[in-house]
Amino acid sequence: MAVATKQLQTKELTISMGPQHPATHGVLRLVLDLDGETVVKCTPYVGYLHRGVEKLAENRTYLSAIPLTDRLDYISSMANNVGYCLAVERLFGIEAPERAKYIRTIVFEMARISSHILWLATHALDIGAMTVFLYSFREREWLLDLFEMLCGARLTTSYPRIGGVRNDVSQEFLDSLYRFTEEFPRRIEEYATLIDQNRIWLKRTKGIGVISAEEAINWGLTGPTLRGSGVPYDVRKYAPYDAYDKVEFDVPVGKNGDVYDRYRCRMEELRQSNRIIRQCIKKLPVGPVMTPDAPKFTLPSKDRILKEMEAMIHHFVLITKGPIAAPAGEIYSAVEAPKGELGFYLVSDGTGRPYRMRVRAPSFVHASVLPRLCEGSLVADVIANIGTIDIVLGECDR
Amino acid sequence: MRPEDIAGLIKERFPAEVRDIREFRRQVSVIVRKGRIKEIMRYLHETPELCFDYLEDLCGVDYLGKKEPRFEVVYHLYSMKHRHAIRIKAEVPEVDCSIDSVVEVWKGANWHERECYDMFGIKFNGHPDMRRILMPEDWEGHPLRKDYPLKSDLGEVEWKGFKEVIELAEKNKVYEIR
Repeated sequence: MAVATKQLQTKELTISMGPQHPATHGVLRLVLDLDGETVVKCTPYVGYLHRGVEKLAENRTYLSAIPLTDRLDYISSMANNVGYCLAVERLFGIEAPERAKYIRTIVFEMARISSHILWLATHALDIGAMTVFLYSFREREWLLDLFEMLCGARLTTSYPRIGGVRNDVSQEFLDSLYRFTEEFPRRIEEYATLIDQNRIWLKRTKGIGVISAEEAINWGLTGPTLRGSGVPYDVRKYAPYDAYDKVEFDVPVGKNGDVYDRYRCRMEELRQSNRIIRQCIKKLPVGPVMTPDAPKFTLPSKDRILKEMEAMIHHFVLITKGPIAAPAGEIYSAVEAPKGELGFYLVSDGTGRPYRMRVRAPSFVHASVLPRLCEGSLVADVIANIGTIDIVLGECDR
Repeated sequence: MRPEDIAGLIKERFPAEVRDIREFRRQVSVIVRKGRIKEIMRYLHETPELCFDYLEDLCGVDYLGKKEPRFEVVYHLYSMKHRHAIRIKAEVPEVDCSIDSVVEVWKGANWHERECYDMFGIKFNGHPDMRRILMPEDWEGHPLRKDYPLKSDLGEVEWKGFKEVIELAEKNKVYEIR
């Protein structure tokens, strides 16, 4: 026995988790200093997916920067598109027509549902509940098909435009979406029966990754990650945009600020998003989907270009010179993306291109809190913590 | 509190520091000197009627050739309690390209400041971990500076570091466990 203990070593061990690791939801690398099973120090390394979106946007017109925003948080690209278009609209001082606002709200909430169920699927899979993954991808597929029906793309949508949306929604789309909203609450219950009271799930999530309300605000956390700690901060309520001031919904908050409360928040948000979509479909006003100023900002439709001289001129000017010069100034505009507060800070020098575009990415801020959550916990809880802050590295690294 | 009132309060408290107050589309920016930035931030964070508990965003902007001093560090502050916001912009010149860190006030500033250093080369004094964050450690230059090229000037020529990377990968294929 004495001989055996002599040979055992108790020194700290440094391991590198990632950049390729199934539980890091992308290319995140964590260097963990371990004392046995306990994490002593956790150092995240990000930037593997850095594509220089901010630099690229400075050299594009306001219109042609929309596809760049698809590639930030690529599992809810609609939310990024809307966030960017809103920022540009506020800079130009224009507003989208009523119908476009409702349509945007619908697609925004669809993006939230598809993002949250992907989060649920992968988070549960990481912790060891495999079945949820299969169930939730069934519903996500339905939503992606709907996106495809709407704009031809499932992920990189680029559907909203500065001053409205690209095309009107079809009746077929609305019918299918309404059927989805009728079906979806039952599906949420299905996920809940699998894990809500599951003993293993409770053991793995309750009291893990606890962060208090003050500390969460100080770290700059937003979205469900913050609301799990009991702070009701939601941009949709605090600074409403699009049609959010015309629909009823609740903002769920947690109490303990642990992994389980954040899970409950997101589950409740699924129900609330469903509620918002239903109200929007019922209230959807008739009218145009682009502002009358549209020719100055957005390309005319292809068949008009072929028939009308004026449309062709607009097309030509927009492609070569970009939209009319923006007024010189700066604007910060935020939306409540599925992950948290997504902000765009635009500086204009009075030309057709942004002088500086800054993306305030919630994933970037959330990734920075990982050392705080992980240090002192077990290696297995690192996985739960990565899942609970809901990061997408495309958005984190930009 | 209305943003113009907040700007007025800052001006009253730090008359020598505030250079200008501008408004655009109902958002107010207070342009300040960088010298006492930490003091100003602490004042905004800790005064009960202001209570800016949440640092929404921190970023840099390069105004090369447009104005002097060249850089600005932009802070977007928000108060969850009072639901008001303000934008503070601190001017940073190209020589002595540094500013005091506000990590002690908001922990969330940590990575934002690292990114600002990475992208603009603005050093944050008193930051606990001033390293690059998005670019590789050995990267040269700061990509978001206006004089940093958008495209490489190599054209069709292969990047000379490419051969080294391939060789290193070949070498590391066979590794031994120590």
